[in-house]
Amino acid sequence: MPRFVLELIRRLRFFLRGHRFEAELREEMDAHFTMLAEDTDPVYAKRRLGNVTRWQEISREVWVWNWMDRFWQDLRYGIRQLTLSPVFALVAILSLALGIGANTAIFQLLDAVRLRSLPVPDPQQLAEVRIANGNGGIFVSAGDNPQTTNPLWEQFREHQQAFLGVFAWGTDTFRLGKGIDAHNVHGLWASGSLFPVLGISPVRGRLLDIRDDRHGCGASAAVISYGLWQREFGGLDSVIGSSLRIQDHSFDVIGVTPPGFSGLEVGTGFDVALPICSLATLQSSNASFGRRDIWWLTVMGRLKPGWTLERASAHLNATSPGLFGATIPTGYQASTLERYRKFRLAAYPAGRGVSPLRETFDTSLWLLLGITGLVLLIACANLANLILARASTRQHEISVRLALGASRPRLIQQLLSESLLLALVGTLLGIYLARVLSRAIIWFVSTKDNVLQLELGLNWRVLLFTASVAVLTCVIFGLMPALRSSRAEPSSAMKAGSRGMTAGRERFSFQRLLVASQIAISLLLLFNALLFVRSFRKLMTFNPGFREQGILLLETDIRNFAMSSHMSPSRLKPLQRDLLDEIRAMPQVQSAAMSTHVPLNGSSWTLGFYLDDVRGSSKFTWASTQYFETMEIPILSGRDFNDRDSESSPRVALVNETFVRDYCGGTNPIGKVIRSVAEPHYPAAAYEIIGVVRDTKYANLREAIPPQVFANTQQFPSDGPWGPIFIRTSAPMSSMISAVKQKVGQAHPAMQMDFRVFQAQIYDRLVLERLMAALSGFFGALATVLAIVGLYGVISYIVIRRSTEIGIRAALGANWGQILRMVMSEAGLLLLIGVVIGAVLSLVAGRAANSLLFGLKSYDPLTLGMAVGLVAAIGAVASFVPARRASRVDPMVALRYE
Amino acid sequence: MAEPLRDEIPPGTLHLFILKILARGPNHGYGIAQFVESSSRDVFQVEEGSLYPALQRMMLKGWIRGEWQETENKRRARVYSLTTLGKKQLEVELSKYRRVSQAIGRVIAASS
Repeated sequence: MPRFVLELIRRLRFFLRGHRFEAELREEMDAHFTMLAEDTDPVYAKRRLGNVTRWQEISREVWVWNWMDRFWQDLRYGIRQLTLSPVFALVAILSLALGIGANTAIFQLLDAVRLRSLPVPDPQQLAEVRIANGNGGIFVSAGDNPQTTNPLWEQFREHQQAFLGVFAWGTDTFRLGKGIDAHNVHGLWASGSLFPVLGISPVRGRLLDIRDDRHGCGASAAVISYGLWQREFGGLDSVIGSSLRIQDHSFDVIGVTPPGFSGLEVGTGFDVALPICSLATLQSSNASFGRRDIWWLTVMGRLKPGWTLERASAHLNATSPGLFGATIPTGYQASTLERYRKFRLAAYPAGRGVSPLRETFDTSLWLLLGITGLVLLIACANLANLILARASTRQHEISVRLALGASRPRLIQQLLSESLLLALVGTLLGIYLARVLSRAIIWFVSTKDNVLQLELGLNWRVLLFTASVAVLTCVIFGLMPALRSSRAEPSSAMKAGSRGMTAGRERFSFQRLLVASQIAISLLLLFNALLFVRSFRKLMTFNPGFREQGILLLETDIRNFAMSSHMSPSRLKPLQRDLLDEIRAMPQVQSAAMSTHVPLNGSSWTLGFYLDDVRGSSKFTWASTQYFETMEIPILSGRDFNDRDSESSPRVALVNETFVRDYCGGTNPIGKVIRSVAEPHYPAAAYEIIGVVRDTKYANLREAIPPQVFANTQQFPSDGPWGPIFIRTSAPMSSMISAVKQKVGQAHPAMQMDFRVFQAQIYDRLVLERLMAALSGFFGALATVLAIVGLYGVISYIVIRRSTEIGIRAALGANWGQILRMVMSEAGLLLLIGVVIGAVLSLVAGRAANSLLFGLKSYDPLTLGMAVGLVAAIGAVASFVPARRASRVDPMVALRYE
Repeated sequence: MAEPLRDEIPPGTLHLFILKILARGPNHGYGIAQFVESSSRDVFQVEEGSLYPALQRMMLKGWIRGEWQETENKRRARVYSLTTLGKKQLEVELSKYRRVSQAIGRVIAASS
């Protein structure tokens, strides 16, 4: 160990047993004295030893750093000063804690979503393999982050050379258990190599390996997460070897993953992992397992030593033609397949996992971090102002001390120690607040279907961030006032303190600057908040073309139900019809319909078609009779589906206005025939257009309305279709749910049912917008309150400092209106400067929010006007109060004041 | 407080004295002071106000170690002894002293 470390350890040891040190030294002196007295005589000994206390002090100083001792002294002084003005201390600590807590909370989220590495050995070696520039949306994509098909993955696995090991995974929802206990859990399809390549060891049993992932493995092995093990198996060892029922197949639990591992997708987590080979058994013949056109897997690998991402990408680029050439899907057009052949794989960093969250939350979280940073800045400015005001009342004391020869650095150190104390307490409280706040935010953005699972630890990155924020705040609100107030010339300050008529203008200029910038920043934040609130309101009140209120969605497992009861496929459509009829017969139900597409839930179904030799593509939805009635979508011309449209009658369809505009040149389309292009599993079919419906929003509110074709469920050209039942009712949703449960449960006891309230589902998808509106609104309000407190404080302070001058003016005949005007014009100037700068800032900085806004632009003049009006109005009120007080000053009192 | 002969011990030499004395065997503060005085035939008088801080400084540096022991007169005293680090330091100080005193001698011899 280096010498200074040993020395430090000795110093620390001394620090810990300081009280014994004194006693030992005293005893040593006594022994010395006794021996000396015995050898000579007591009188001589006493004279010679002299001032024993002084030696003890010198001996002690050997061990203690001087600055440390002085620091303690200053700290004690600081505590004494703060306890003398508890209100100031409380305001300071609370506003710091709020500011630092908010910053830490947002940073914690940012860290969890964006910065943290996966909890596996050497995460930086991990790379994701996907098609450069994406697959362009061709074929069918499943899940949030799909990159390859299973055949492509198998080809890649056999032919790659860039990686030590590769693995693939896909996410899914598994139905766990049977009967009424059945519930959905997060599923993970894992290749056998996933756990070995990641290097994860089980806490119980063993994890999946390549032996478990062979073609034809059937339903065999399952691995469960630590969370599920604790939740549903009570953390018992007996879980290993027990059987797990998933979608009516029985799996053996072979192991439990460690608690830190929650899958590779940030924020989602997983409950059960199955080998990919089991998919063939779990899904019907239509399974994505062998399909070359369903993108549902994400492929990752661990790079070989010495291989960079660039080198791996070059290798992948070279091998891509062979891989794609060997996995060409059948049944597609030549032009589509030509695009497929041209795909090239590339490697991307994946040490932090993949995250659809990252894309959606990224901008929002950085923006929020910016907002909370500005709030903290305003809080700091307020504190600086408060401290300056306090320091100026101590100006006399400081001048005296300077005059007596106190060094400036020593004074600054002392003034700073008080700020340091505030920052320290504020930071500790802030860390606590951050825990509460970040959990609240997660709770806020978690919906019924998507509970966000994020590890929110206080890791070194978060602590480092908070510490630097704290130091920065301390410097901003502590150092500047300390520097300023210690600069006073002893003579002039003492004079001003004793006999000041008007405090010089420049004495307040720093405070004015602070207040003007506070107003500017608070205007910016308020503007921002109003933007988000208005954008959210627009989303909430936006008319999507249908009426989402009063609709209950019923999802059944009719597909599995039909399969497990070995129904012939031809029985399915009648069964669906019966189910609909049963529901329609209920007295509370106004209408009910089935559809393959739930609007605004993000999903999409596109088919290519020919219309009079014009090639086009459109969204296709299969809907039953009463669909337009249930959704309250008006039919503009032609007719609705009716019961005469059956499997045997000619296929019919309705189209939306956009379709008519895009493909029929605005002419009447009724009677024209849409011929859909064949895709595997969906044979070509011809649909006669029988009506036009009003445009409605499709997958999400932000998109432009696409052309849409509505065909009849009874005329679906293949197996199926599958989709939820839309029930329109005016009854309360909870009673409706139990009524449907009872009715359908009687007719089909084995059928599983899931209910969703359509409107709630749409709102759940607006969670990010709601979060931004709520948080930016909260912070905007907080910023405004802080800035107004600052303005009020400074105006009051100026009024008090100038009370002598005001008294003289009043004595000389100024009426109260003139004095009011004088003070108000001073405040007005500050407000004006602040508002002008703030407006410019708002227009410049607002652009960061542009991509998150709906229905208005970041330079929205109305919103800016509202923000300016609000700040100006509140500011005027806040300065009117002290101005009025000034105008009521009794000249006699003011003049006698000093 | 009187300041007898404090300046008589050349600066920095006190450390050397203490190290050298302790190299003979462990000793307490009073013993060290006595030894310096008697062996210098009372030319040097070690002031206690310098001796004890010096001992503390040397403990901080890790050159010496102090332990409470009974003296031969059945009295409790803190007895100091050299550490390995202290023995090395003694070599350093000694060679430094020799170098300096030789240099002083040469300067004086050359100018006389």
